[in-house]
Amino acid sequence: MSITPKDVEHVARLARLELSDAEKDQFTEQLNAILKYAEKLDGLDTDNVEPTSHVLPIKNVMRADEKRPSLPIEKVLLNAPDEEDGQFKVPAVLE
Amino acid sequence: MALFDLRLQDVHNKLNNKELSVTELVSASYARIAETEPAIQAFITLNEENARLQASELDKQLQEGGERGLLFGLPAGVKDNIVTEGLLTTCASQFLSNHNPIYDATVVRKLKAAQSVTIGKLNMDEFAMGGSNENSSYFPTRNPWNTEYVPGGSSGGSAASVAAGQVYFSLGSDTGGSIRQPAAYCGIVGLKPTYGLVSRFGLVAFASSLDQIGPLTKNVEDSAYVLQAIAGYDASDSTSANVEIPDYTSALTGDVKGLRIGVPKEYLGAGIDPRVKEAVLQALAVYESLGATWEEVSLPHTEYAIATYYLLASSEASSNLARFDGVRYGVRAENPENLIDLYKKSRSEGFGAEVKRRIMLGTYALSSGYYDAYYLKAQKVRTLIKQDFDNVFNQYDLIIGPTAPTPAFRIGEQVGDPLTMYLNDICTIPVSLAGVPAISVPCGTADGLPIGLQIIGKAFDESTVLRAAHAFEQHTEHHKQRPQL
Repeated sequence: MSITPKDVEHVARLARLELSDAEKDQFTEQLNAILKYAEKLDGLDTDNVEPTSHVLPIKNVMRADEKRPSLPIEKVLLNAPDEEDGQFKVPAVLE
Repeated sequence: MALFDLRLQDVHNKLNNKELSVTELVSASYARIAETEPAIQAFITLNEENARLQASELDKQLQEGGERGLLFGLPAGVKDNIVTEGLLTTCASQFLSNHNPIYDATVVRKLKAAQSVTIGKLNMDEFAMGGSNENSSYFPTRNPWNTEYVPGGSSGGSAASVAAGQVYFSLGSDTGGSIRQPAAYCGIVGLKPTYGLVSRFGLVAFASSLDQIGPLTKNVEDSAYVLQAIAGYDASDSTSANVEIPDYTSALTGDVKGLRIGVPKEYLGAGIDPRVKEAVLQALAVYESLGATWEEVSLPHTEYAIATYYLLASSEASSNLARFDGVRYGVRAENPENLIDLYKKSRSEGFGAEVKRRIMLGTYALSSGYYDAYYLKAQKVRTLIKQDFDNVFNQYDLIIGPTAPTPAFRIGEQVGDPLTMYLNDICTIPVSLAGVPAISVPCGTADGLPIGLQIIGKAFDESTVLRAAHAFEQHTEHHKQRPQL
């Protein structure tokens, strides 16, 4: 499996990254090298092995569905690049 | 500098006897920073005004008497991916160059409760991705033992500032070795606790199933004290472990008689610098002389660990770093055409090369058609790697080997070659994948650069890890060596 510059463009789109031509070339080469290295995993038989997502035997940590105080709006908006009327402001989504 | 070489108990005795004040401790920290920072560059942000204010408050408390925190008055550095309310937290990224957190991480709250004084925020590889600090988007921190060399990473600032005597202790984070490897390169003690022991709430997430916060200190006793202060269940972290926290310092008995040590042959094989191997063998001889026994063991899936780690960590990172979109915090790109363009431009301008590379790798590994081949496969191999550790720990109390295959390398030596850079983590990554605790302690030098000994324990058995590390320290002089700055 080798990655083409076209694959890199596709993945960049998924990752919401805009790459320069130089970056595209570099990532194509480097990702190919890294994935080639990762191919060594193919040599292992894992048919009957369960995947590990977390080492702790913790599942579905629940808490009581009770109202709790949240951060005040002014504080939440403190780092907002742009805001209006207590909300984060972004460019228009609808035409 | 000598002030920060005192044992914690001695510092506290001096404070009690009025031979020393917190203001003097904090002033000593900033004086040392002024003196050494031009050469080391460990800090991104200093907290001087607040720290001095806090020092005078603590001095007042000292006068009045009453109960004091475990780390009372000790100058501390905090890695810049641990959020501190009102104190710039950049993750060494341009994306967060203006980010003033609106809350404290749980560990920061715990440090405040223990009454240490936060001196400033420490440099790191951007978003903790790297092993040299060369991926900081601000400047590379330098190794105090030789400023032509890297301090390691990603907690390079945390390690260098302790080694340079700028702070009494620091906090770092470890995903695949990011506390232990820089501790080894800088000749200090670095502990990665068991996954889940220390809350990750307020640690800017890189790879959530691996990230863990831990202390960097000049000796093992301090490591035990800091761990005591920061460990414990936290409902704000859903992967926090609800376990009883033992008294770690009481474990430091100096007695290792009868301990069974396994030494993985994979950690002393090809690719390991012979000087590192020699230092590790000498350390094992020390344990033998103290009544412990060691035998060669095998962690047969070690060779698959790096590939597994980079697939898993990058996948988790690509998901975690999706939050950086230029909407709620961070630097927003100017003049976006639309919302998608705002995301794209902000992320492309804000992230450095290594971060983009890992986001790309992770996005690819998780993308439709490749998920089973890469991500799921890596999760299965992780199970095999964890089983390697389980098997050895059925028969042994500890696993010991080197922390890193070589001492620190020169700045610039491995830039542009990510795969070689990744291979520096061969001895630390499997431990992270298994989630077990490990400490790096100084065990020698090569050409004036420190070598780290890695002591790995069973899950939640930090006590035995600390006990063994402390016993080694009691019978060797390596930890007393200081860089000439």
